Amino acid sequence: MSDTRIITGNEAAALAVKLVEPNVIAAYPITPQTSLAEKLSTFVEGGELRAEYVRVEGEHSALTVCISASTVGARVFTATSSNGLLYMHEQIHWAAGSRLPIVMCCVNRGVGAPWSIFNDQQDSFSQRDTGWIQIYCRDNQEIIDTIIQAYRIAEAVYIPVMVCYDGFVLSHTMMPVEIPDYGKVREFLPPYKPSVDISPENPVTVNPVFFPWRRENAEGVLCDGYMEKRYKLQDALLKSTDTIEEVSTAYGQAFGRDHGGLLWEHMTDDAEIVIVGMGSIAAEATVAADSLRKEGIRAGVVGIRVFRPFPRKAIATALKKAKVIVVFEKCMSYGCDGGVSSDIKSALYGTGIEAPMHNYIAGLGGRDVKARELADAVKETITRIDSGTEENETTWLNCHTG
Amino acid sequence: MAQLPYGVALMQENIFKINDKEYILPGSRACQGCGLSLAYRYILKALRENTIVAIPPSCLCVLHGLYPTTSVTVPAINATFAGNAASASGIVAALNALNKTEITVLALTGDGGTYDMGIQSLSGAAERNTNFIFACYDNEAYMNTGTQRSGATPMGALTTTTPILTKREKKKDMLKIMEAHDLPYLATVSPAYPADLYDKFVKAKRIKGTRYIHIDIPCPPGWAYPAKDTVRVGKLAVETGIFVLCEIEDGKFRFTGRSETLAKKGKRLPVVQYVERQGRFRKMSIEQLNQLQSWVDSRWNEYMKRAE
Ligand SMILES: Cc1ncc(C[n+]2csc(CCOP(=O)(O)OP(=O)(O)O)c2C)c(N)n1
Ligand code: SF4
Ligand SMILES: [Mg+2]
Repeated sequence: MSDTRIITGNEAAALAVKLVEPNVIAAYPITPQTSLAEKLSTFVEGGELRAEYVRVEGEHSALTVCISASTVGARVFTATSSNGLLYMHEQIHWAAGSRLPIVMCCVNRGVGAPWSIFNDQQDSFSQRDTGWIQIYCRDNQEIIDTIIQAYRIAEAVYIPVMVCYDGFVLSHTMMPVEIPDYGKVREFLPPYKPSVDISPENPVTVNPVFFPWRRENAEGVLCDGYMEKRYKLQDALLKSTDTIEEVSTAYGQAFGRDHGGLLWEHMTDDAEIVIVGMGSIAAEATVAADSLRKEGIRAGVVGIRVFRPFPRKAIATALKKAKVIVVFEKCMSYGCDGGVSSDIKSALYGTGIEAPMHNYIAGLGGRDVKARELADAVKETITRIDSGTEENETTWLNCHTG
Repeated sequence: MAQLPYGVALMQENIFKINDKEYILPGSRACQGCGLSLAYRYILKALRENTIVAIPPSCLCVLHGLYPTTSVTVPAINATFAGNAASASGIVAALNALNKTEITVLALTGDGGTYDMGIQSLSGAAERNTNFIFACYDNEAYMNTGTQRSGATPMGALTTTTPILTKREKKKDMLKIMEAHDLPYLATVSPAYPADLYDKFVKAKRIKGTRYIHIDIPCPPGWAYPAKDTVRVGKLAVETGIFVLCEIEDGKFRFTGRSETLAKKGKRLPVVQYVERQGRFRKMSIEQLNQLQSWVDSRWNEYMKRAE
């Protein structure tokens, strides 16, 4: 019998963490992640989850605890948002460089200054280049399922995974969620084996200073220099797309839900207008696409699930037939362009896809974006293209820029 | 200069027979005459192989060698500068969760990683009474990056960021800060008195919770004295009372080793004898010297009262 409950995104995340049974949890509260950290404390103190919960004094320490705990063989979990994530930045790089299978939830929130506690994706976007896998969820069911998948992915490829979901829009919104069966999760997720055994019998110094060039060890074997080490991270990230897809499929087989490996599509088969988004805004865009279809506009949606490694091939394939591409995005590469659209443009270069792309910076700091507004924006794009505006354009949606 | 009674140290009480196994092989990357190498050698002898060391960026990181070789034969994990105590907390949490509680976790951290950038994570770990030894090896500046001023640099010392006027502020009292965390064990040690150092680490190993050990680390290039004088300078620090060998167990203070003898005799050398041996103090003013002497005297008196 399935166990379906009506719960918030943070509760879904907490239940997922309980199911994967990490050995060590370290987290520091920040809105909108807080109720997740609280729920996990309750599980641990109530004896429902056997884990060491380290109540650290800040996020830098939270991730540091996870890094060293993971190094000595513990399965670990942490979660944060916004400035908490930024405060971890040094360690976010360190975790990836150390090739540790840490799983962290980023409950997406705008970053200061000025302060906003509400949602956008600038926080996780600003950690894009750190070498983590980033997966964005569109609803609460996907949160619980993705966290379980994230451990299997991370522990297979030795790369940390950031599971991102929109603050308040998902974290504090109740939705029906089917809770995966404990026994099946145990089968799906084998126990964690660290890549290096840290013990007195194997007295290694982990992450010492590397030379730029390669160097021989005591047995005369030529070992990696700094560049080889970093190249291996990039190589593993690019190859992880296969693992991510396999895990998504395997999860679908085991639990009956495949959320799409790298990305998901909604009515793109015959779509002339393809809307692209990441996270809950992409789910909202499906409502917009449905309403546009009722007006005779053939719209479809591509939801980017995995932002890093960026699914270049899958994106190009999904956009091959589009006549117009509209991107709604909640992050900005300041001084350049929207965070998602610029990566899409780079993925399309040289593929022969020349459809005009209009991108909308939307919903920063929690500004509401309704399906109707997305549909109107798409129609506005069509009007402009019909009147001859072929160039790529960026518009800040609902922003009074005058 | 007056001859000092160096031989006295050899007669100090030594509870435990020193382990003759070596854990640091020849070929470490530390400088000639490095006080840290000497201290680390005895620390590992005391803690033995069932130890994991947490290392921040510092001279210790360099001492451990450059990939893929190391001269140290216990497992060690490098972490970033601000988080050595958090890194140790992570190791401790994992070992607890994995039922490997027989392993000693040592966070060996420079003064920069203790007094300055690392103080947040140290205070957090200590407040949680994390089951580890945090040892601050205090060479009184950021040596790895070329002798810049730290919160541990004494007044009157030249550093590369106090290159003309010398450091004008007093050294922070880290022991007091750590004592305020209500720890089960605190101690100070010097590699110039290896038996005392060894005893305290053996003792610390047997205690649960956060144990804080402060190590005075004479450093030839950073303090500007000849490499052969490391033990001499370390002893002068104790003889003058600039550095005091002591122990605070469950709140109870006691002098140990050479400092205990000095306390009984009531005789200390003037700090000038310590200062004049080191090039870093060459621009120290008379006022600074007097201030240093009175700081040493008042702390000594404070300790004398506590030891009663
Ligand atoms: C975040 C950060 N800032 C600065 C540095 C540069 N840095 C490396 S070691 C060091 C000084 C270490 O001083 P201390 O802790 O006293 O150890 P020592 O080198 O004296 O042994 C500094 C500033 C760093 N590694 N990380
Ligand atoms: S700079 Fe000083 S502490 Fe660092 S390795 Fe050299 S002698 Fe040792
Ligand atoms: Mg130092």
